[in-house]
Amino acid sequence: MGRIGPRLAAVAAFVFAVAACGGSSGQTAQSDVGVTSNSILLGNTNALSGAAAAYGTISNAENAYFTYVNNNQGGVNGRKITLKVLDDGYNPANTVPLTHQLVEQDQVFAMFSGLGTQTQTSVQGYLNGKKVPQLFVATGATTWGKDYSSNNWTLSWQPPYQGESHIYAADVMKNHSSAKIGVLYQNDDYGQDYLKGLTDGLGSSASSLIVDKESYDTTATSVGAQLTKIKASGADTLFLFTTPGFTIKALVTVTVLHWEPTIYLNSVSNPQVYMGIAAKSGAALKNVTSVGYIKDPTDPQWANDDGMKLYKTVIANCATCNVNDGFNIYGVAVAYTMVDVLKQAGQVMTRKNVMDIAASNLNENNPFLLPGVKVKTTSTDHFPIMQEQVITWSGTGWTLQGSLINERGTIK
Amino acid sequence: MGRLRSAPPRYWLVAVAVLFFIGLPTVISSFLASEWTLALVFAIAIMGLNILVGYSGQLSLGHGAFVALGAYTSAILAHRYHMDYLVTIPIAGLLTGIVGFAFGFPALRLSALYLALATFSLAVVAPSLIKRPKDLTGGVQGILISQPDPPDFARNGFATITGNAMTSEQWIYYVTLVCALILFWLAWNLVRNRPGRAMRAIRDGEVAAAASGVNIAGYKTLAFGISAFYAGVAGSLYGLAIGFVSPDAFPVSLSIQLLVGAVIGGLASIPGPLLGAIFAYFLPIESNQWVPSQTWIPDQITSTVKNAGPAVSYGVVLILVMIFARNGLVGLVMSGYGVLRRRLRGAGDRETGQMPPDPQTA
Repeated sequence: MGRIGPRLAAVAAFVFAVAACGGSSGQTAQSDVGVTSNSILLGNTNALSGAAAAYGTISNAENAYFTYVNNNQGGVNGRKITLKVLDDGYNPANTVPLTHQLVEQDQVFAMFSGLGTQTQTSVQGYLNGKKVPQLFVATGATTWGKDYSSNNWTLSWQPPYQGESHIYAADVMKNHSSAKIGVLYQNDDYGQDYLKGLTDGLGSSASSLIVDKESYDTTATSVGAQLTKIKASGADTLFLFTTPGFTIKALVTVTVLHWEPTIYLNSVSNPQVYMGIAAKSGAALKNVTSVGYIKDPTDPQWANDDGMKLYKTVIANCATCNVNDGFNIYGVAVAYTMVDVLKQAGQVMTRKNVMDIAASNLNENNPFLLPGVKVKTTSTDHFPIMQEQVITWSGTGWTLQGSLINERGTIK
Repeated sequence: MGRLRSAPPRYWLVAVAVLFFIGLPTVISSFLASEWTLALVFAIAIMGLNILVGYSGQLSLGHGAFVALGAYTSAILAHRYHMDYLVTIPIAGLLTGIVGFAFGFPALRLSALYLALATFSLAVVAPSLIKRPKDLTGGVQGILISQPDPPDFARNGFATITGNAMTSEQWIYYVTLVCALILFWLAWNLVRNRPGRAMRAIRDGEVAAAASGVNIAGYKTLAFGISAFYAGVAGSLYGLAIGFVSPDAFPVSLSIQLLVGAVIGGLASIPGPLLGAIFAYFLPIESNQWVPSQTWIPDQITSTVKNAGPAVSYGVVLILVMIFARNGLVGLVMSGYGVLRRRLRGAGDRETGQMPPDPQTA
C-alpha cells in the first residue's frame, strides 16, 4: 500500500496539472512559485551584522523603493512586491542555509541583490541547479557576467571590478607613469578580482610599477601592519581594494603614518558619508581618486535633478536610512531595475521569462545613475552596467572628472 | 522485564530522544531536516569541546579551527582524490585528532588563561592559513561539495514510511544522526570509566590527581586529541551538510558559538551538548527572524537585534543562564527534578544525610 502512495500522488498531480492548464487556456497569464495575482515575493541575504555591516542599509533602501512602488503605483501590474531580507553576517556558511530557507520554506520567486562575492558564490550552484533567478547580485566580481554561459540563472548589476581597475590603470599610465604602486586588498574573490584588473590594465609595466601587494582577511581587526610595510616599500601611490570599515581604518592609518601617497579608492567604499567618517577620525584625504556611476546624494549639482528628487521621496519610506549614504541610492537604483524587469515581464511571471529579460533584453535609462549610463544587456553581453567616470575628492565631496568611460567589451 | 522496570528514568529519556531524532525527518520538510542536521553537527563538536572543557578542565577558544581542518580534509579528499565522502568522515576525524593530540603537548605548559589565548590565536589564523595553499584548498573560492544521493535501501525505506522519496538532505541528516549517536555513546562510556574519572580528578585538583598516580600529561593530551577528533568529524559533516567549504565559513565567532553552546547546555554532562547545540544553532537564526516580526517589541530593540542579531541574543541568554542556571540547562533540569522528587517523597529524605548528586558530573 505504501508503495502505491507516491504513484497515486503523481497521478493526482498530473490530473490536477492538466485540469489547471485546461482552466487557464485562453489566457496567456503564467506564473511560478512566489507570484500570486496580487503579490510577488523576493528573497535577499545581506550583511546586516559583521565586518561588512555598512552594506546592510542597501536592503532597507531596496525595500523603501518597493514600498514606494506598492503605495504609489499599486505594485507592478497589480502585484505588490515583498522583499524578505535575512542576515548572513557576510559569512557563506550562513548564506547557504538562509538561501535554502528562502527558496524552500518561504517559496520566493527569485533571489534579488544578494550581497557579497564569496557569499553569493556559495549559493550559485544551488540556485542555478534549482533554476531560481539569482538576480542583480550586489557584487562586481567579474565572474558573474563573464561566466554567464555556465551559470545562466545568475546576473550581476554594478560594473565589474576588473573594468573599474582598468580605468585606474589607464589613469595611472596617463598621469603618474612613473608611480610606485602599493596595493592593499581584501584577501577574497572581490579583492583579488580588483587586483587582477589592475595588473591586466597596467599590462607589461605592471611588474615594475607595483612595488608591494599586501592583503588582509575579513576577520582582521587592523590593517596597520600592512600599510606600514607598503609605506616602507617606497610606494608613492596607494590602491585600496577594501570594504568600507577597512577603508576608513586604512585612510586614517595613512595619515597617522605621516604618509601622503596618491590614493585610488575602489568604488564599493566611496560614498561621501564614509569619507566624512574617515575625515572626522583624522584622515587627511589628499589626492584621492575613485570612480562613480551613481549620482552622489551629497553633490549639490543634482539638487534640482528629477532622479534625485525621486530618490529623496523614496528614501523617506525608510526610517533608519541616511539619505546621504551612497549605498542607499545604490539600493534604490537596483530596485528600480528589478521593478523595470518585472514590468516588462507583464503577465508572463515565470522565472525563465524574468531571467531572459534581465540577462538579455535590458535597455534602461535609470534615473539614479549618472546621465548617459545605461543598464543594458543583450544575448551576447551580460554585464548590465559598463560605464563609469573618474571622480576626485575635493575635501567635502566628490568632483566628476572628464567624461564617462565605456568599458563594454574590454573584459574577456 | 525486571531490569526494564528498574531502569532509571534517564534511560527512558534517552530512548525517547533517539526515537524523536529518528522520526523527525518523516514529519518535517527536507529543508528543516537540513537545519537539524547542522544542529546535530554542532552537538558533535560541542560534545568534543565538553570532553575538553567540562571533563578535563582545559579551556579552548579555538575549536572552530579543528572543525575547519576536518571540513577541509574531507572536502579535499572527496574533491581532489574522488573518495567517497562517507569514507572521508573517519579519516577527517582521525587526522584532526592527531593534530589535536599534538597541540595538547604545548598546551600542557600553559595555565588556563594562556591556553585560552593560544587556542584563540589558532581560531584567528585558521581562515588566513587556509587561503595560502591555493591549489590544495581552492584559496578564497573554497571547494564545492556535491551532496550524495541516498542509496536505494534508504530511499525505498523512507518512501515506504512517508510516501516521498528521500532527498539528499534527509540522507545527510541520517548519516549525521548515526555519527552523533555513536560519538555520544562513546563519550558516555569514556566519562564513566577510567579515563573519565582521571580527567575529572585532574580538573578538580591536579596535585591530588598526580599524588593518586594519575598520568596528568597523558590524560590532558588525550583529552585534546579526543576533543579534536570530535571536532574533525563535526567539520567533515558540516562541509557535507552545507555543500561548500570556504575559509570565511570558519570565523572566530564559530569557536565562540561552540563554547557558548557547551556552557548553555551544561558542562560535564552527556545530554548538555545536545541541548546546547540546539540553542547555539537555532538561537541566532530565530532571534534574527522572530524578534523583527513581533510588533509589540519597541522599534529600537527590534532594530538593534536585527543589526547585531546573534551577539545580542547570545548575550541575553548567557546572562540569564549564568544567573538562573549556573550548571547550564542540564543542571537546571537536574535540580528541578531533585526538588520535585523530594517534594513527592516528603520531607523525610532531606534528613537522611545523603550527599546531593554533584551536578557537575550528572
